[in-house]
Parts: sequence; C-alpha cells; structure tokens
Amino acid sequence: MADLKTLVLGRKDAADLDREQELPHELMTVNMGPSHPAMHGTVRIVLTVDGERIVAGDVQPGYLHRCFEKEAEYATYTQIFPYTDRLNYVSPMINNVGYAMAVEKLLGLTGKIPRRAEYIRVIVSEISRITDHLTCVGASAMELGAFTPFLYLLKAREWLYTLLEEISGARLTHSYVRVGGVSKDIPDGWIPKLTARFVEIRHALVECEAMLNGNKIFRDRMAGVGVLSKADAIRWGQTGPIARACGLDYDVRKDHPYSIYPELEFDVPVGTTGDCFDRYLVRIEEIKQSLRLVEQCLAEVERGGADGPIMTDDPWVALPPKTDAYNTIESMIRHFKHIVDGIRVPAGEAYTFVEGGNGELGFFIVGDGTGRPYKCYCRSPSFVHLSTASTIMHGHLIADIVPIFGMINMIGGECDK
Amino acid sequence: MAQSVLDALKAKFGDAIERTESSHGDETAVVKAAKLVEIATFLRDDPKLAFDAPVFCTAIDLVHWQPVGPVLPGARPAYDGVSPRFEVCYQLRSTTFKRRIRLKIFVTEAKPTVASLTPLWPGFNWQERETFDMYGIRFEGHPDLRRIYLYEEFIGYPLRKDYPKEKRQPLVRRTDLVGDH
Repeated sequence: MADLKTLVLGRKDAADLDREQELPHELMTVNMGPSHPAMHGTVRIVLTVDGERIVAGDVQPGYLHRCFEKEAEYATYTQIFPYTDRLNYVSPMINNVGYAMAVEKLLGLTGKIPRRAEYIRVIVSEISRITDHLTCVGASAMELGAFTPFLYLLKAREWLYTLLEEISGARLTHSYVRVGGVSKDIPDGWIPKLTARFVEIRHALVECEAMLNGNKIFRDRMAGVGVLSKADAIRWGQTGPIARACGLDYDVRKDHPYSIYPELEFDVPVGTTGDCFDRYLVRIEEIKQSLRLVEQCLAEVERGGADGPIMTDDPWVALPPKTDAYNTIESMIRHFKHIVDGIRVPAGEAYTFVEGGNGELGFFIVGDGTGRPYKCYCRSPSFVHLSTASTIMHGHLIADIVPIFGMINMIGGECDK
Repeated sequence: MAQSVLDALKAKFGDAIERTESSHGDETAVVKAAKLVEIATFLRDDPKLAFDAPVFCTAIDLVHWQPVGPVLPGARPAYDGVSPRFEVCYQLRSTTFKRRIRLKIFVTEAKPTVASLTPLWPGFNWQERETFDMYGIRFEGHPDLRRIYLYEEFIGYPLRKDYPKEKRQPLVRRTDLVGDH
C-alpha cells in the first residue's frame, strides 16, 4: 500500500516538489472591502498577494468622509458639537471635551472653567474611554472567533451608554459638553448606579481576560502579528495605545497635563513587543485605570469638593439661565445673539489636544473674530494610525489583517472626518 | 515653553526664519519655502531639539481672511489679494523634551508647491495627501501624492474657501450633469 505522502502529494516527499514548475506564483490583486465585515464598511484595501502572503497593501479610506471641516466653517462654535460627536462615535464625550478645550484656549478660558465642570468632563471622558476600549477589544475578539467576550463587553458598554444617556439625554451622540462648561449637571442617584455598574464591569473584565489572555487561538492570532518598533512608532507619529504597546511612554494626560488630571492618580500601561497582543493588553489595563480615575472623581464629587456651578459665568460665553431668557429683555437678546451669531472668539489660532480613546486627538482652530471658525481642523488619531497599516501588514497573511485592523481600532467617522 | 527652540532656529538660520510668534502657548516659525527641508532636518537631528515625531500637517486658505474685532499684535492682517494665498502648517513634537513647534510656509495660488517632509517623517505621508486632496497643495518629493478621501475624478479642492459648500459632484455619471463642473 502506498504511503500517505505519495497518495496526497503524488510524490514521496514535499521537499521534492519543484515549486517553480508545479506551483505558479504570480502576484494577484485582491480587493478587501469596503464591503467586508472586518473593514467596518469604510475602508478598502487593494492587496497584492503572493499566495496568502501580502506583498503590498494600498489602504484607501474616505468612504465615510462627511466634510467635517467644511461644515464646521459654516457653523457657529456651539453648533459644531454635534459634528464632533460623529467623529469618534464610540467615545464622543472625549471629542466634545477636546473641541470645547480648543475653543476655550482661543477665548483665554483655559484653567478658568468651574471645577465641577472639570470633574464632570473627566468623569464622562473616562467613561467614554472605557466604552471605546470595550468596543475595540470585544469586536476584535469576535472577529477572531471568540463571540462570548464580545457579548460580555458590549453588554458592559451598554450599561455605560445608558448612564451617559441619563446624564446627557442621548445614547450615542451626546453633544453634552459646552464651551465654558457642561450642559447639564449630574442627575440625582446617578453616582450610586455608576458605582454599582463598575463592580459588574470589573467582573466582566475578569471573565474576558480569563477567556482571552491564555487562549491559544487568541494568542496565536495576536502575538507577534503587526509588530511596530518603538522608533517606527515615533517616526509615524503614533500615539495612544498603539504607541504605548511599542514601549513609547506617551500619554497626553501625563505628558501635557490638562484639566484636573494632575491631581488624579493613575498609571500609564506600556507594552514591550509592539504587537497586537500588547495593544490588547494595554487597552485592558487602560480600562482599569479609567475606572480608577472615575472613582477618584466620584469620591471627590460626593465629598462635596467639586460643588459649584457647571458653567462659566462669562456672559460672552455662557447662555443666560432659561428663566432670565424668558423674563428679561437683556437676557433674551443675549440668548438670541448667542444662538444666531455664536460665541465671538477673538482672531487667532491654537492647537489643542487631549488623550482620545485612540491617541492624541487634536483640534487646530483658526478664529477670525466672528462666531464661526475660519478653519477647524481635526487631528484624528485613527487616520494617523491607519496610515501605518500597509507597512505593518507587509509580509503577513491575509487573515492577519483582521487582528491588525482590529487593534489599530480604526473608527470610520474619525478617520474619514 | 519652546521659545528657546525659536531662538535656536533664528540663531542658526537667520533670514530663513521670516517670523516667529508665540500665542496661546503655541510656538510658530514662518520659514522660507526653499529652506524648509533643511530646517526640518535640523529640528529632527539636533540632539538639543530632537523633534522626532510628526503631529499634523494642514493648510489655511487665506483668501477670505478678514478678521473682525480686536486683533492681537503680530496677528496676520486681512488678505490683500497680493500676498501668498495659502499657509501650510506642520506641527512637530519632541518626545524627549515634551514640546512642540509649528512650522509655516506661505505658498502662492499660482504655484502651490512645497517640499514634502514625508522622507523625514513617514507619518506625514497621509497628512500631506489629505492637504493635497483638500487644498491642492503639491508636495514635491512625496512618494505617492494621490487624493485620499475623495475619488480621482473629483474636480477642485473642497476646503478652498472659493469651493461652494453646496456644490455636488456625484461620481455616478448622469447625462444631465455631464460637463457641468
């Protein structure tokens, strides 16, 4: 009886195969996306492959381009908040805060925002960071076949969305922050609900880590895949979890502290290998650090250390109280001018950046003295991160694009603007 | 914060630094286009400066620039129709010294060309493509200067101030729209 190798290969040994003759290996072009589940429907990659191996990949974003900058140039400073919600729609609060801080910098209000507003901003920003990382980790795990963590983490995300809905009025597109403060105060009974959810979220994290960290399939797909060296991360302008996974200790909250972050205690997790698995570990650790940050803020709010107004009292920036707007002519005119003309921001330009869910989220605003920005540029971290994708994926298999792309955590709205 | 960087630049390059300004905590140096690559290389390689990371690249179209209200000293004057139309901005970051600097280059409408910094920082690759896509600034020496958000057939540069906001350019060819750009 012929042995198995002869039956399968038609020869005695695979090494005998004359690959040049029997297996033609012309390069092939394959389109991946935009209608591909792992491409989020917004990115197309034109792959040149040698068999399964990627020789070149031309990443083409832009399918979700909605002219953020052009629209912003025609909107008043306050009207832009809903547009910023739609940039990174997984952590809209951080966009709100980043944009508000940019306008405040031009107005000279940096550091003059009421403390309660700063505390609320940090609380909602960190909750948003948690939802961002939960989505990223959950979706990536699902794309690699682990469906259960996806359900656990998305359930946890939904708890947080519900709480953010209670505070802002909208589940996803909050438009909660305002120039000079925040729009609403924390509702009654919100803090105990949040603290109770944090217990459950920690539990969900423990379960997910138990399922993923030692999982052979997960590790095989993630470890050693999509490696970016520290030097490359710097040259490519990487920030956020991707840069930290490469060992680059850069976090805007620590390196260029803003708001009340200098008063809070938290650690910045830093990886060593710069591969997808380290990116995953950094994100998990950041969730825990964000929980820690929110808890410190909540303790301070409950202690009464953050009592006071939630909006600056500068009449050029803040809307008058509704009772005044309805009852006095001066306040009504002021209200009208704010809504129709917008906040008058002095001519000048400033770049402001915060630590977004994905990295350095910056707004470069040029004001010309009117109520509308002359230019409102958004430095979106996803766009910068995605630009490395074709370099990272070089030499990997087509299947590796899924974890690489998942861990870059490209958010279409932010990348395409 | 980074005033020392501006001083170092002025000491080293003199006339090539047309103007420097510090406002809102941001340091900006307006540099001559011809010297851009040389200055950028110096900023990157000098160990005392070490601007090793790119932050962003964009442009400002000044054609409708008519500031109102109080103007800070040193702020750019209203556009006169003669001076260069575009400002190209590069923001750099030093991971070592945790500081930033913005380089600006003026380019004219007739020749909107500036040297690419992608060979120095590959992170500028897509950013320069975006600036080209939106403003039509051409980056000489860029390895792959294509549109990035819009499609190849798109006509015009949408973030230029004279591109109407309501203008539509459907990619699907419709006989009633052919020739109407």
